[in-house]
Amino acid sequence: MRMRRLVLSVNGTDHEVSVLPSDTLLDVLHDELGMADVRYGCGEGVCGTCTVLLDGEPVNGCLTLAVQATGRQVTTLRGLMGPGDAMHPLQECFLRHGASQCGFCTPGMILTALDLVQRGSRPSREDIRFALVGSLCRCTGYTKILDAIEEYADMVASEASRQASP
Amino acid sequence: MTAAEGPRQTGPVVESEAGPYRVVGRSPAHHDFVEKVKGSMQYAADWRMPGMLHGRVVRSPLPSARIAGIDTSAARALPGVVAVLTAADVPSNRVVEMASGGLAEFEVSMPVLAADRVRFVGEPVALVAAATQQIAHEAAELVAVDYEELPGVFDVESALADGAPTVHDVGNTLVTWQIECGAAAAALAAADVVVEGEYRSQHVEHAYLEPEAGVGWLENGVVTLRVSTQVIEHASTIARILRLPQNKVRVIAAYMGGGFGGKEDMTVEPYLALLVWHTRRPVRMIWDRQESLVASTKRHPFLMRYRTGATSDGTITAQEVEILGDAGAYPYLSPRVLFAGAACASGPYRVPNATITSTAVFTNNVPSSAFRGFGAMQVVLGHESQMDLLAERLGMSRTELRERNFLAKGDLLPTGEPLETSVAVGEAMHRAVALLGERASSSGPGKVVGRGVGCNRHPYGRAIWFRDSASAWLSLHADGTVLIRSGITDLGAGQAASLCQITAEVLGVALDDISIYIGDSALNPPAGGTFATRQLYMSGNATLQAARELRERMAPVAADLLGVAADDLVFADGRVQSASAAGDGAASVTLAELAVACERRAVSTAHLSTWRGESGSFDPRTKQGSTFPDYTYGAHAADVEVDLQTGQVRVLQYAACHDVGRAINPMRVEGQIQGAAMQGLGYALAEDMVIEDGYAQAALFANYLIPNAQDFPDVLVDIIESGEGKGPLGARGIGEPPIGNVAATIASAIHDAIGLRPGELPMTPERILRLLDERVSEMGRRALQR
Repeated sequence: MRMRRLVLSVNGTDHEVSVLPSDTLLDVLHDELGMADVRYGCGEGVCGTCTVLLDGEPVNGCLTLAVQATGRQVTTLRGLMGPGDAMHPLQECFLRHGASQCGFCTPGMILTALDLVQRGSRPSREDIRFALVGSLCRCTGYTKILDAIEEYADMVASEASRQASP
Repeated sequence: MTAAEGPRQTGPVVESEAGPYRVVGRSPAHHDFVEKVKGSMQYAADWRMPGMLHGRVVRSPLPSARIAGIDTSAARALPGVVAVLTAADVPSNRVVEMASGGLAEFEVSMPVLAADRVRFVGEPVALVAAATQQIAHEAAELVAVDYEELPGVFDVESALADGAPTVHDVGNTLVTWQIECGAAAAALAAADVVVEGEYRSQHVEHAYLEPEAGVGWLENGVVTLRVSTQVIEHASTIARILRLPQNKVRVIAAYMGGGFGGKEDMTVEPYLALLVWHTRRPVRMIWDRQESLVASTKRHPFLMRYRTGATSDGTITAQEVEILGDAGAYPYLSPRVLFAGAACASGPYRVPNATITSTAVFTNNVPSSAFRGFGAMQVVLGHESQMDLLAERLGMSRTELRERNFLAKGDLLPTGEPLETSVAVGEAMHRAVALLGERASSSGPGKVVGRGVGCNRHPYGRAIWFRDSASAWLSLHADGTVLIRSGITDLGAGQAASLCQITAEVLGVALDDISIYIGDSALNPPAGGTFATRQLYMSGNATLQAARELRERMAPVAADLLGVAADDLVFADGRVQSASAAGDGAASVTLAELAVACERRAVSTAHLSTWRGESGSFDPRTKQGSTFPDYTYGAHAADVEVDLQTGQVRVLQYAACHDVGRAINPMRVEGQIQGAAMQGLGYALAEDMVIEDGYAQAALFANYLIPNAQDFPDVLVDIIESGEGKGPLGARGIGEPPIGNVAATIASAIHDAIGLRPGELPMTPERILRLLDERVSEMGRRALQR
């Protein structure tokens, strides 16, 4: 197979990389670009540790070919952070609630939850459970993750209603 | 002698164990959690070195076979391949485990790479190092191994039968433990009631989300491995394999992406070390998830037979327990797992006459070894099922029967050892039931609900004959910041963070002003591995002792600076001041000023301390002795709904309560309990690493379902703080204990719902339906007989 050069836009920065047509987005982000927040967990799209946002939608990096990401915006967990390593409010909720133990699932959890909360009205706890089915956690039992996401969803909802009222 | 010269039994107690505390008992988010939430934590697979090669293990596709020959020529010829290694390339090709788990007897060795015989599917046979991961995979496929298949044994009962094929020359019995007190057979014969039960548990996958991984390199002639491991002390074993001096192997533990016991034995380490040693280049090895499913160690399936006798008022008089554990093809930690099973087989109950036997049996299945709960969790299904059956037979309530038999402080275990700390299991049971609140009602026709309870006694700390110890090193810097060095490894439960909280409490330094270096066998003092729920107990005590000794050493300097007595000092908020004159206006010195003053007076502000755990012995001949330093007690309660048409069990409510002695960080304690309960729910109702004739049936992660966010309800938690643990400030260990209760609690609830006791795990819809069918046919038979 021949190597191909392509440009990947990751967290707002363009990276020129050489890839094989068979290289997954996970391979390129983790091994070529050194992004530790995109992780190999199963290679089957089951566990969610390689989750990234592709044009804002969560995808499994292990099931997406790198070439499929050309011309699209890739966002990893690190991409949510502000200047000076400032945490995104959802990250702060995770920290406050102790929603991370070993931390391996955390990027996938946060990116998946962010997409859910941003999609519309405040999701119920059951909606959040449903959205997280593709993101496995073996440490926390999920309760603290759900608590963290609910707090963030409340913050977003109250912000939205504040802006809606005159 | 100075404290740095040698170990001490315990440190002097300076402040009251009861507090009040400033940092302990709070739930601050700490360094590693911040990194994890930011996504910047560097796990084992995230390390890169210039010129790094990629390693791959070639594994046996057969459960039992002779190796007639290995041809590596095609693999070596592949462009990009740098090394292909076989058994002949391993300087010392054996890892030795004592069959009795440290109590002498015979030893069984395991080859690093199989030479002439393979004993399980997935056994390592050869190694490849190549320029890319892709080439390493291709080269591994090209290693041609000529196998002559041999007969194998795949379950414990067949393995113990006469004429069974032997897995090792010593036969198929790895070890048998016996605990005995009183005269169980006679007491059973004299009992008013006797209940019997047979219980079976399954192979279980750890399923940590981070697969086994690491990077190794040579640095100044030292083989250095940065890996995902619970135990950096394997460095000495790796040195023996390479025939290197022990100071020429260094193991650095990255923060783990989960371990649960599966990273307690070596995983990638010996293979990485061999490839690094032969190629003299950095090598990375990451096991595929699918490779990990097949070849990594599993939880022991137990076959447990119980006979319990009691008087008509519900007082237990005797118990006989026989446990067979499937060790798989090599010893690993099976002797110790089966010991823990025997030591906990009678649960948190008084049993005056007991005969307990546990046997680890070799089979040609993938090896079983450590997994959160470590033998002590499998037996909970046994002793708790017996309690429910006894309650049913006597027409008593389950909680009342348990209360009649709960152990209390000062009581003897069947091993003859007295319990030295409080046994709050009764309180835990009532609190767990209270958390559930109203009994749930059935959601429709054909659905029945039931409530169950499950109590346990789970050890923390290693088996007592290991004479366990842990060290910690602290230093106060001239700017008032503190450095902790500890060989502790961190599974994600906050092992390192807890040491920071304890240090902050004693030295009065802000958590943000503490840095901790962990998991490095060359640079940090040994802490022992992170397993056996031992690190808060061991390293927590070592750190507490080190901090107290350092404070005591600096106290006279501070007292002198302040003009007060050395025993009249408070270390808090980064300052030291007089306790009696405490207040905003009172004179004080900052920790930075104190550090500088100590330096001027040649008082060292760096301190190493070693803490020794309790020691004792167990005598296999008298079947009596000591087992573990102490136990953690807890109880769970659940409501379930059973669908009589489908056999599906839905968990409606789940609650857990444990006495943790003292919660150093309550949020993390709660997280441990919730996570362990969720793992336990998977074990109880779904997870099954089926191995048929030696072949794992789950080839994909998609075939092995661990609980997802939708499967089970939130786990409600209540924490008891008796203050009576043997850990720092009265804490007990909580890492493993809460996984033990779950299967028994769910079985109890199902029993309550359908009037039948499930005895085999996991309790799948098929098995529940089979139970219901048996009852229907039994009722039919009875009707015909009438």
